[in-house]
Amino acid sequence: MEMTARSFWTLIHGMGFGALYLLACSGALVELYRRYCTHSQELPSERDEKFLRIYLVAMAALAWLAVLTGAYIIYPWYRAVPPPGTANLAAFPQRLLMASPTTSGWHSIGMEWKEHVAWIAPISITMAAAVVLQYGRNLKNHPQLRAAVLVFVWISLIAAGVSGFFGAMINKNAPVEGGPVIHIVQGETK
Amino acid sequence: MSTQNASAFANPSVRPNGAGAAAILAAGSGTFLLAVFAILADQSAAIKSLMIFWKPTGPLSGVTTCAIVLWLAAWAILHARWRNRSVALTRVNAAAFALLILGLLLTFPPIADLF
Repeated sequence: MEMTARSFWTLIHGMGFGALYLLACSGALVELYRRYCTHSQELPSERDEKFLRIYLVAMAALAWLAVLTGAYIIYPWYRAVPPPGTANLAAFPQRLLMASPTTSGWHSIGMEWKEHVAWIAPISITMAAAVVLQYGRNLKNHPQLRAAVLVFVWISLIAAGVSGFFGAMINKNAPVEGGPVIHIVQGETK
Repeated sequence: MSTQNASAFANPSVRPNGAGAAAILAAGSGTFLLAVFAILADQSAAIKSLMIFWKPTGPLSGVTTCAIVLWLAAWAILHARWRNRSVALTRVNAAAFALLILGLLLTFPPIADLF
C-alpha cells in the first residue's frame, strides 16, 4: 500500500483540514444554538464558554490551513502546464479535465467556483470566533450579534461544503498525483 | 442555575455592540471584495496579470491576498471607530448579510461570467 507525496498532501488538505472543518461546523451550529438561541435564562458556565472559544479558534485555524494548503501547495500542481506535445496528461489535472467535454465542467465550474468560494469559510469563521472571544457570555444580551454569528457559520458551512464536494469530484476525475512515493504498509501477495 | 450564573444574569454588564458590528460588517465586505477581485481578474487581462503575486498559484494569489488585506483593514478601521459605541445592528446585519450572499453568488462562475 503506497501513495504519492502529492496524493498525501491532497489527503491532508481535504480530509485533514476540510472534512474536519465540515464536521466541526455542525458541532458549532448546534452548540451556538443550544447556548444562545433557546429560551433558557441560564448563562453558560465559564468552563463551557472557554470550550466554545477554543473550539471556534480551532475551527478558524482549520479553515485557514485548508485554504492555504489548497491554494499554495495543491493548486500549483493542479494547474501545472504540460510541455508542448505532451500526450499523457495524467500529471496535469486541469488540462486533463479540459481535454474532454465530458469533464471540462469540473474545471470551468467546479474548480473556478471552489478556488474562490472556499475563502468565505475562513473569513466567516474568523469573524464568528472573534465575536465569541470578545463577548463571551455577554452574547446572551445581544440577540442580533448571535443571529449574525449563526448566519455566518451557516454560510461558512455552505462554502466549505461546495468546496469539499467539488474537491472530491475533481480529484476523482483527475487526481493530483506525483512526487516521491510513500510506502505505508507491505501487502500480502497470493 | 449556579450562584455565579444567576448573579451574572441578574446584573449583566452589557458591552456595546460596536466591536461585534465592526467584525460582522467587515466579514461581509471581505467576502464581497473577494468576489469582485475574482471577477475583475477574470475579465481583464491587465488585472489578471497584476494579481499574480506568486506565479505557481497564479491570479488566485493576488485575488485572495487583496481581499484579505482589505477585509482586515476594514475590520481595523470599523473596530477603532465603533468599539465603544452601540450601533444600529439591524442595518449593519442587513448590509453584512447582503454583501455575504452577493459574495457567495458572485463567485459562482455562471453568474460571474455575466459581467
